Amino acid sequence: MGANQLFRLGTGGSVDRGALLHFTFDGRGYTGYRGDTLASALLANGVRLVGRSFKYHRPRGILSAGPEEPNALVELRGGARREPNTRATMAELFEGMAAVSQNRWPSLGFDLMGVNQLFAPILAAGFYYKTFMWPAAFWEKVYEPLIRRAAGLGRAAGVHDPDHYEKCTTHCDVLVVGAGPTGLMAALAAVRSGARVVLCEEDALLGGRLLSDRRMIDGRPALDWVREAVAELEATPDCRILPRTSVFGVFDGAYGAVERVADHLAVPDPFQPRQRLWRIVAKRQVLAAGSIERPLVFGDNDRPGVMLAGAVRSYINRYGVAPGRRAVVFANNDDATGTVADLHAAGVAVVALVDARAEPSEAVRRMAEAAGAALFAGGAVTRVQGRLGLRGVEVTDAAGRRHALDCDLLAVSGGWSPTVHLTSHHGGKPVWDEARAAFLPPERLPPGMGVAGAAAGAFSLAECLAAGARAGAEAAGDAGFQTSLPALPATEEESTAVRPLWRVRGGRGKAFVDYQNDVGDADVALAQREGFRSIEHLKRYTTLGMATDQGKTSNVNGVALMAELSGQDIARTGTTTFRPPFTPVALGALAGHHRGRDFKPTRLTPTHDWAKEQGAVFVETGYWLRAQYFPRAGEADWLETVTREARTVREAVGICDVTTLGKIDIQGPDAATLLERVYINSWKNLPVGRARYGVMLREDGMVMDDGTTARLAEDRFVMTTTTVNAAKVAQHLEFCQQWLWPELDVQTVSVTEQWAQLAVAGPQSRAVMEKIVDAGFDVSDAAFPYMSCAELTVCGGVPGRLFRLSFSGERAYEIAVPARYGDALARRLMQAGAPFGIIPYGTEALGVLRVEKGHAAGNELNGQTTAGDLGLGRMMSKKKDFFGRAMAQRPGLVDPARPVLMGFRPVDRAARLRAGAHFLPLAAEKTAAHDQGYMTSVAFSPTLGHWIGLGLIAHGPQRLGEVVRAWDPVRGGDIEVEIVSPVFVDPEGVRLHG
Amino acid sequence: MRINCPHCGVRGAEEFAYHGDATLRRPAADAAPEAWADYVYLRDNPAGRQRELWYHAAGCHAWLVMERDTRTHEIFSVTPARDVALAGGGDVA
Repeated sequence: MGANQLFRLGTGGSVDRGALLHFTFDGRGYTGYRGDTLASALLANGVRLVGRSFKYHRPRGILSAGPEEPNALVELRGGARREPNTRATMAELFEGMAAVSQNRWPSLGFDLMGVNQLFAPILAAGFYYKTFMWPAAFWEKVYEPLIRRAAGLGRAAGVHDPDHYEKCTTHCDVLVVGAGPTGLMAALAAVRSGARVVLCEEDALLGGRLLSDRRMIDGRPALDWVREAVAELEATPDCRILPRTSVFGVFDGAYGAVERVADHLAVPDPFQPRQRLWRIVAKRQVLAAGSIERPLVFGDNDRPGVMLAGAVRSYINRYGVAPGRRAVVFANNDDATGTVADLHAAGVAVVALVDARAEPSEAVRRMAEAAGAALFAGGAVTRVQGRLGLRGVEVTDAAGRRHALDCDLLAVSGGWSPTVHLTSHHGGKPVWDEARAAFLPPERLPPGMGVAGAAAGAFSLAECLAAGARAGAEAAGDAGFQTSLPALPATEEESTAVRPLWRVRGGRGKAFVDYQNDVGDADVALAQREGFRSIEHLKRYTTLGMATDQGKTSNVNGVALMAELSGQDIARTGTTTFRPPFTPVALGALAGHHRGRDFKPTRLTPTHDWAKEQGAVFVETGYWLRAQYFPRAGEADWLETVTREARTVREAVGICDVTTLGKIDIQGPDAATLLERVYINSWKNLPVGRARYGVMLREDGMVMDDGTTARLAEDRFVMTTTTVNAAKVAQHLEFCQQWLWPELDVQTVSVTEQWAQLAVAGPQSRAVMEKIVDAGFDVSDAAFPYMSCAELTVCGGVPGRLFRLSFSGERAYEIAVPARYGDALARRLMQAGAPFGIIPYGTEALGVLRVEKGHAAGNELNGQTTAGDLGLGRMMSKKKDFFGRAMAQRPGLVDPARPVLMGFRPVDRAARLRAGAHFLPLAAEKTAAHDQGYMTSVAFSPTLGHWIGLGLIAHGPQRLGEVVRAWDPVRGGDIEVEIVSPVFVDPEGVRLHG
Repeated sequence: MRINCPHCGVRGAEEFAYHGDATLRRPAADAAPEAWADYVYLRDNPAGRQRELWYHAAGCHAWLVMERDTRTHEIFSVTPARDVALAGGGDVA
């Protein structure tokens, strides 16, 4: 089977030739080896055409061998795991891999959308600002869908991602980004000092360029040195090596990295995350991210078969693949000698070495001669033959003569650009260095960062090893460790001289600067002519440097062209701002486990399991799940169930879990003073053993929350809050006692989770309580009247708190026990109440009962109502200051025309009311100008036998008996309602007191 | 962002809730309505150092006064708000 890998070299490379893998590309079967990327395996099989370009649908091949790949973007996998825009150069081959090319129809070789090339003049830079502008209505319906179909990349899966992702945080002394020679040396220097080190490498293998170049270290193959270095690091417990991990951003105080845990597998192993998002907190960091090779800009430089010279070496040396049979090398630097040597050694005919420099070094001359390659010093490639795959090039020599050369591979190098992206994530601007023809890291680096090796513009191996050792030792030293410089291994001499060639003039065809975005030199020139000369404008106008590759290969060439066109130097032209992420990060990785039901925590009440056994339907309230109602067999709908529950509470007895209400323990000699200041009513006169209803305001005068607070002792209260505001009120009390009034001797703490609390409500509730409280405690009305509270024991010695409170308007108790007894208490209450017909009731019946009593709840405490609006204005003490008092007196908040809480009943008693309906005078036109208020809560009242509502209406108390229209334009309701007292049931409170 | 809580040590900013300007002082009960409106609604938005209140919501529940550069997120000091308030709102020695 391996026989069909016609471009696989007989020997060499780090691939495992014993592990044959099968894969498909566009439905055709191929083979490769473990250790291949999809790109290397495709090349091994002679597949050179792998995609169509974004805008013009130009045939494209593989340009690079790394994360900078702009062309070879494919869809990997299928179904729910379909993954668009995956760089073939990064996708590690696995058995059964299925990859599909993108952005072509009907096929890669014959793409009808290729006609876009004919429209190239209108698809030029900024086309979407100029064309398709008229008529305006056409943009959304016609132009945009057309353009989106014609231009674009892969398709998303469109269904839920079946894999899971996780997030991790780790801390270390030194973070090393990149495990090439520089990074390995830095990590060695740091771990030897005893520092905790995290070493991140984007590749699956450690070694960086040493994996791709035939280099010697200490007289042995460089990979031997890599192996020993990695072994030493792996043997150090304080060193964590993260391969397949891209550090994508420098944030405030932490680095973001994504680890592709299972991307190299068809399907993750059980319980294995697909990817892991790392937050790395490091005292110091060494950036050893290396450098990225630049292409050269000449006509038709995007044809399949044109490849970066460094990538050619990678495919030969690392993967054992010849990317062609007959090669031409076109470069402007001494690095090209290595490419010629490696091609030659691999048995690829090197037809010519085209060195753009008029006087190449002696090493270049000797290498060309040794490889039998014609040397064109001062020459350039001016024409490329072959549309779907390179067939030959035309070279124009220094004298202007043209030479046609047959070849199927053109290795190009415009020099190397340091990978400085992370250095400017805190706003620093990279600095142009003329001698190295490269942007170097800015002077102002993110705090704690050092940059070393090729990322800092030190391109030779000897420089990289030395810089890595220095940076690693320095970082560990800054982090507080005793360090010494490790001995430096010996390397051969090398030259990294380069002389910029920003574009080849006089060639034919489109010359691309940014392959991924189809931006050519003519587009840069157009932007310049039209005034978009600032480098940031150039980027937005032409899209140069946008999308997934963020200008990794194109940025410097684009900047240089603009500089040349506008007669400025590159230093003055500057570069665009690099922002996180350095590499695309899946949204799934950023979300981690926080998706679907797990997006936020779910809190369960102590009686949750019991309620489930009772068949409860649950509702989310804040983070809590509360029992909403308990349907019984034979009940037609929720309304029938809720009506039964509410009626049973009015006629017999029911229990309801009210644990979710916030409970705050307030202790200290100044506890009563704190309450005086946060509540609008008075508290100092509340006797021990009694509870009181309180309302608190925000500082702007609106109601913040309400609840009952009980006095357990002179210096101890327990406050209840609404479920939703529990955390907010706790935070507010802490703000008051720590910041506003620190002189108060009082402490507050939330005890919501510590106590399970159950309401027992209904005329038979006392009879039930008598069977629950331990002997000796008197629950008679004389001893324990309405609004009493006590600490006691229940159920034979369980410590508890008993409150005689009522939300329902019936005789009622709330009993609190330590949370672990909540489940048992619910069961015991059901047992004790069985003779009295006890039932569990949910939040829905609770709501019905409170609407019947006219109590304000969440719908009314909506942040826009004052105490006066809710009929609670008289609670506001005039004798003291309290939080929100000053602003509550604003004219707008005491305006008598403000809508006030009232009751509403339908004139036609059979009609159903809806919350949200707006009140309009009967005869008035249905416009916002006549709006007098709105319905906040509605319920079907089992007591009255018809729907009732609470709502806010202007001048409500003066309009008792008036009929208005409740208009619901959203759902289409329009019914007449009568304004009545908000207290529908037992206004005298007879039932409450028993 | 990482914040050095005086009680808990250095923690991620996601544990904290931001509240705003720590130089505002609650007006007297009988202060003019304008003073109250300023206190409740008006905020400066300085580019640079700001003293601000934070709350260690997922930690010790302490209110903190923090001095931070709004441009760089550099943090210069973190002090329990109670100490600042008891010292009259100024710096705590």
